[in-house]
Order: sequence, then C-alpha cells, then structure tokens
Amino acid sequence: MIGSDLVMYEEEFRKIDSELQKLHQQSNAKVVFLVDKNGQLIASAGETRDIDTTSLASLTAGNIAATGGIARLLGEKEFTILFHEGEKDNIHISLIGQRIILVVIFDQRSSLGLVRLRVKKSTEALARIFDEINKKVEKDKGEGPFEESPFAEISDEDIDSLFR
Amino acid sequence: MSFINYSSREINCKIVYYGPGLCGKTTNLQYIYRRTNPDQKGKLISLATETERTLFFDFLPLALGDIKGFRIRFHLYTVPGQVFYAASRKLILKGVDGVVFVADSQIERMESNMESLDDLQINLAEQGYELEKLPFAIQYNKRDLPNIVPVKEINKLLNHRDVPWFEGIAPTGKGVFETLKSVAKLVLFELKKHY
Repeated sequence: MIGSDLVMYEEEFRKIDSELQKLHQQSNAKVVFLVDKNGQLIASAGETRDIDTTSLASLTAGNIAATGGIARLLGEKEFTILFHEGEKDNIHISLIGQRIILVVIFDQRSSLGLVRLRVKKSTEALARIFDEINKKVEKDKGEGPFEESPFAEISDEDIDSLFR
Repeated sequence: MSFINYSSREINCKIVYYGPGLCGKTTNLQYIYRRTNPDQKGKLISLATETERTLFFDFLPLALGDIKGFRIRFHLYTVPGQVFYAASRKLILKGVDGVVFVADSQIERMESNMESLDDLQINLAEQGYELEKLPFAIQYNKRDLPNIVPVKEINKLLNHRDVPWFEGIAPTGKGVFETLKSVAKLVLFELKKHY
C-alpha cells in the first residue's frame, strides 16, 4: 500500500484531545474537530451531540479535496484556510501539515478574528503531536509494534462474522 | 490508507465503488443502506444533481462489528460515473483501501466499462497506487436485463487479474453484499500484512 496508514495511540490521543478542548474554550467555539484528509474523524470537542460528525468529517474532506483541486488548476499548491459564513453558524476549516484538517464551528459568541488567532496557535501544537505520532509509527515498523496488533490472528471466520 | 485508532479501538477503511455512468454504484450503496441495522450505519449522503445523477460522491459509513476488540468501520464511497466529472473522480480515490468496479452487463455498455476501467487505472496511478496491488472486486451488474453479455465473455474482457467477481442485480440486492464482503475481506487481509 502506498503512503502510510494513519495510526493513533492512546498517549497522543490524550494530548490531541486536550489541545482541542483548549482551542474550543479559548476560541469560544461551538464545536472543534479534527479530520484526516481521507474523511476519517480523529477527535472532537464541544457540543457534538446534535451533529452527525461522521458525515461532517467526510463532507469536510470532500470540500478540502475539491478546493485543493481548484488550487492546483490555478497553479496554487493549496488553499490552507476555508471559511463559510452562515446566518447563525460559521465554519472555519484549515490544514495542519499535509494530512490533517482542523474544523471550528462558531456563532456570534465568537468572531473570525479570534478563531483565526487561536487556530494558528493550536495548529503549531497539533502539528508537533502528529510529528510525534509519525515518529512512533516509524519506530513501530522498525522494532515491531508498540501495541498489540489487532490483525495478528485475524481469520476468515472473524471476517465472516462481521456480515452475519 | 486506513485509520487505526488504538485509543478508541477502531479501524476505519475506505472502499470506493467505481464504474461507468448509470452502472448502479449508487444503487449498491442504497441497497446496503436499506438492509443494514440502524445501529450499524450512519446517514447515506448523496451529493447528486436534480436528476439524481451523482455529482461528487455518495457516502455511507458502516460499522459492521468487532474483531479482536477492535470496531471495524468501512466508509463506502461512490464516484460520479459520468465522463465529464473526471476531476472529482480522482479526488475520491485519495486514500482508498479497496475498490469495487461495478460493470454494466449490457452489450452496448462494454466500451464504457473498458473506458472506465482504464480511467480507474490512470487515476489510481496519479495518486501513486497500482490497481494490481489494491484489494479489488468486480460486480457484473444488471444481470436481469435482456441484452447482456455472457459472464464468461465480460470476465475475459474486464477481469485480467482474475479478482473475485460477482453477478449483480443491485435493486434487488443480488450480489451486493457478496461483493462488499469480498472486498472487505481483501482489505482486512491486506492490513494484516502490514500490522
């Protein structure tokens, strides 16, 4: 398989979660979440109960992919920030490195300026955490897995049981 | 590119349904959606035109069950089949773990099938993938229609790698879950090689 799969460990997940909680609080946002570019939800903070986060993650990734396609047509490498303004809610989407998408949903309790400022700070912190994860994954590949592999003894029957 | 989350004990994989326009990719997803327990599925999202042609993609998240304490989730996507949506098709293949090619069995659609298969190969190559190395299954759909090519012939035409293939009648569900299961199996065994 080309490219590496995204792997998330307990320790880094906790760091990411606490960074998102901080961003959620400091930016006065309704919801903050992280998605990978393939549309998988990584983590979220805030009032997610009424939101279909799985669909939101996939559509956000589609949005970023489409915008990235437009960028390349125009000779840009990428548009790193997208902003959609609604009547009540606004959504701020930005890229962290080449792989991760940070989404902030906010209403009149916050402002675009505040969100941009806080997002910038969090982006640096989050980028560092994802670097750590990458290093760990590389190390795993060299020295054998850090955690027990769920695939070690996977069998035909295990897979058949998924479709019963 | 799957997402293995040791923290929430989840494994997420992406499967893309590819094929020429009107071959039944969306119909496959709609059938899967109808026949899956509510607690195992998310919303079926269709970004479609007013005439119900896929514009960008359909998306269906499925959580099928657990293996060794890990929740296995599949994200199913379709591409827009119409030729002029080429740019969008490319985007959806990003990070794909497995591909289902839905072929239209009707005689007059053979050329479209072959074009679409070539298109798939080219688009995958642009993302750095090789179809030969990806988990891949083929569904010969519309087997209920009168003017269809015999399976043996269509298989010779499209299935050079001798991957798993299934006869399908997507609206009634014939072959739909068989195809999904087959590609899901290939994806999980591929992951097993790497972890």
